[in-house]
Amino acid sequence: MIETENLTKIFKIKKGVDIPAVVDLTLNVQEGEVFGFLGPNGAGKTTTIRMLTSLIAPTTGTARVCGYPLGESDQDIRRNVGILTENPGMYERLSAFKNLTIYAKLYDVEDVEGQVRKYLQMLGLWERRDDPVGSFSKGMRQKLAICRALLHEPRLLFLDEPTSGLDPEAALLVRSFIEELRSQGRTIFMCTHNLNEADRLCDRIGLFRTHLIEVDTSQNLRVKFFGRKIVIHLRTVDPAWLPQLQALPSVQDISQVESKLVITTEDPENLNPQIIRTLVTAGADVQFVGELRHSLEEIYMQTMGENQPEVTEP
Amino acid sequence: MKHIWTIIDKEWAEVFQHKMVLFTLIFIPLFLVALPVLMLFLTGQSMGGEIAGDFSELPPALLSFCAAEMTPGDCMQVYLINMFMLLFMMIPVIIPVTIAAYSVVGEKTTRSLEPLLATPISTFELLAGKSLAAAIPAILAGWISFGLFLIALPLIGVSAPVMRYIISPTWLLAVLVAGPLMAIAAVNFSLFVSSRVNDPRVAEQISVLLIVPVLAALFAQLAGVIVINLLVMFSFIGGLALVDIGLIYLGVSIFQRETILTRWK
Repeated sequence: MIETENLTKIFKIKKGVDIPAVVDLTLNVQEGEVFGFLGPNGAGKTTTIRMLTSLIAPTTGTARVCGYPLGESDQDIRRNVGILTENPGMYERLSAFKNLTIYAKLYDVEDVEGQVRKYLQMLGLWERRDDPVGSFSKGMRQKLAICRALLHEPRLLFLDEPTSGLDPEAALLVRSFIEELRSQGRTIFMCTHNLNEADRLCDRIGLFRTHLIEVDTSQNLRVKFFGRKIVIHLRTVDPAWLPQLQALPSVQDISQVESKLVITTEDPENLNPQIIRTLVTAGADVQFVGELRHSLEEIYMQTMGENQPEVTEP
Repeated sequence: MKHIWTIIDKEWAEVFQHKMVLFTLIFIPLFLVALPVLMLFLTGQSMGGEIAGDFSELPPALLSFCAAEMTPGDCMQVYLINMFMLLFMMIPVIIPVTIAAYSVVGEKTTRSLEPLLATPISTFELLAGKSLAAAIPAILAGWISFGLFLIALPLIGVSAPVMRYIISPTWLLAVLVAGPLMAIAAVNFSLFVSSRVNDPRVAEQISVLLIVPVLAALFAQLAGVIVINLLVMFSFIGGLALVDIGLIYLGVSIFQRETILTRWK
């Protein structure tokens, strides 16, 4: 659905001053995939979305979006993608219905009224359809902007910070809606600072800061950055048990934290029974066994924590 | 064409909710009709009788406006009408400036330009829609004002020779052709300014500079430097057409989606 090769955007701020916003982005997003594009402010995420929606042209590199080459079939790209911009940008003096009607016509939607009604009802805004958008809360505007992005049933949806600045209730509603879109098999390219949200919603994550640093499923990123770790809660720990456990095959590391043992291994499915057997034979009281799950935030911080200069994104 | 009408519909729905725009659209044309009608009425009342039949009392500058069947009073009225007709040409300049200046800058300030540019609309369609949305009300206001002026004149006792002078080719061209061309120039200049600045008020103030040439023509005529006749009007229309073409070309070429999206803070 999205294929980019060495996509680069350099902004010329003034003569002799170039700011690279996106450098050599090579990426492949499959149809039906929810792709999370994560990075700090000014990393070039919005610039990437703007390039992929043909709002701005890349400096170098190529891309195909929905099968259309960027720079050659820009109208076709715009017709096939929907975008939720960072700021909803609605016409505040016009009603919600009028706002969506305008966009439905610009997207050449056949059943304008039907589509507008469908999405206003779907996002719970139908009762407020005749009210000016200026009277809407931030959450309602965001929902309306999501309606706008979906009116023409795009094959690919770009969401730039979909829950940014929303209260927990509104954010939950938007997240649930994204999950619903995901279940419909829509392809979604999403920028977010909410790492839990990305972890929950996205099939794959791209960690980005001007360059694409890592791209994989969040589970694979966890294994790559921290390995797989088993946590065993015991009533008490006898230090004599540790050499016995260390001798087991595929145990990479063992550490003790109070009455818990943290064991690093690549193969917990096969190792766990052996560990428990060894501990029980040695007289240990095993209370709980589980896998230590590092958060995406830890991976993000480790990746972005390196002292890289922040770039101001135009 | 469908996209252009959608933009026009959007612009009108939005812009006519601004009280200032409505005030400009209604008050200025009414004022520019009422002012000459009142002046002509007062001229007819106070001067018509005194100088009737005595051309020797007319200044030489006024004599050039006299047709064979006119009285000196008629000549005076024609002289005044020549001044006021330029005001009718100002209507299509003043009105669209307010609408067009808000057009792009307004979208920038509400951040609605990005989602709009993300639709399959072309730059030409977007600019044409915005231009027409600003120009059509201005052109209609100019024509309606002229129509009201024509209706009011016989009611205040303006003579048939004076009426014939007003509906002569020179002034019909001025109102029906030069006016719309001036509106197009004003709109495109305003859109050009609007896409380069970030504050609607700045855009409006710069765009209002377009009135300067019209005022210059008004004062030049008052001073007797120029006399607007058919030849002058044709030259003026020709020049305006060239200016319009230049401004439209400049407007489309300078409206860079990328620059507007990325340079604005």
